[in-house]
Amino acid sequence: MLSRRIIPCLDVRDGKVVKGVRFRDHVVMGEIVDLALRYRDEGADELVFYDITASPEGRSVDRGWVERVASVIDIPFCVAGGIRSVDEARAVLHAGADKISVNSPALERPDLIDELAAAFGVQCVVVGIDSLRDADGEWHVRQYTGDPSRTQALPRRTLDWMVEAQQRGAGEIVLNCMGSDGVRQGYDLEQLAAVRKFCLVPLIASGGAGAPEHFRDAFLTADVDGALAASVFHSGAIAIPSLKQSLDAWGVAVRT
Amino acid sequence: MSVVLVDAGGTNIGSVRYALQRLGVEASLTSDADAIRTADKVILPGVGAAGPGMARLRELGLVELMRSLTQPVLGVCLGMQLLCERSEEGDTECLSLIPATVSRFSEQPGLRVPHMGWNRLQRQREHPLLDGLVDGDWAYFVHSYAVPAGDYALAVTDFGGAFSSVIARGNFHGMQFHPERSAKVGARLLKNFLEL
Repeated sequence: MLSRRIIPCLDVRDGKVVKGVRFRDHVVMGEIVDLALRYRDEGADELVFYDITASPEGRSVDRGWVERVASVIDIPFCVAGGIRSVDEARAVLHAGADKISVNSPALERPDLIDELAAAFGVQCVVVGIDSLRDADGEWHVRQYTGDPSRTQALPRRTLDWMVEAQQRGAGEIVLNCMGSDGVRQGYDLEQLAAVRKFCLVPLIASGGAGAPEHFRDAFLTADVDGALAASVFHSGAIAIPSLKQSLDAWGVAVRT
Repeated sequence: MSVVLVDAGGTNIGSVRYALQRLGVEASLTSDADAIRTADKVILPGVGAAGPGMARLRELGLVELMRSLTQPVLGVCLGMQLLCERSEEGDTECLSLIPATVSRFSEQPGLRVPHMGWNRLQRQREHPLLDGLVDGDWAYFVHSYAVPAGDYALAVTDFGGAFSSVIARGNFHGMQFHPERSAKVGARLLKNFLEL
């Protein structure tokens, strides 16, 4: 039986891991390779690295640290940040990343998803979606969330974009629920469950983890395949080995 | 010991190479027929689709060479699928070294394809490739097509039914998961291969 995945997310800025609250006010959490190794040793199932400033600054991800991570890490990892072409994606994959994740550039040019899937197969292609509920009561997509001054609210509905991304060749969806991000009050179960209904590929929850119960609810209530979290892992508030023990006791299939 | 990675265009070549480095082995990446023929161990990594994978081997003139190898050969992920007779993916004729047809996971409620994540290995037969592997050990998978469970399965994995996660026939071996990304279990299986 396939296990549910626990995925620490490392936001990378200027070669360091940083964390902000509600995507703002970033503070340095540590060195990339040190944190990657720590999570590998603690039993993380996968790692995600977001170069959070690459997309707003219009540049691609720095390959140097991707190679350093790939050479020491023996669990899968995904790299995101400003990948806007097949060539840039190839460079990151050849540097040793297992998957690449696209977000703002796919919104600029949705054909990018088709091109990546055709070049590398859908299993390499993750589409990240930053989503927030607006005054009309609907969830809508946000773009360029790495830079608050450039963040844009798009008219696209989150559900429509998720379905389109999947049809175009996304092999996995990461749903960043911005309304719950950074405040540790739990994942946005309502939104995740709504997206799950139409999401036929693996779905990863992001934004809001503060306690082991939040992971349980994301897996058992919203039926997501993986749960991503950052600050609770970086700060040591939740240790992955004890999180997995709790999940196991609650009947969630986890790799132990 | 000389180990070569056949450069069939897969994107996981770097990761496999690093995994071998962690085991103290410097593998060379090559599409040169002589280098492959004379290597002690040959690894065919692969990420992508069966059609382009076989087309690349054909372009490089390596199809007959791969079929003629007598040293231990390991196909990883797509590399394992290419060792079989055919793949339903693009209706592709493969290397025919292991009598099996690669098929897509069937649609089932709650079964999300690609099969992506950690799943358990269940031993089917004794084989030195599985030394130290405990029934139920976890490995990391990412794929939409699979080799059905059958006579050549050394280990199987359950995903809407059992499929072959490790296969062997003579000197040809395959792992559907990514040993280079399967933590200690993967490192042990790679080490076992190097010691065959």
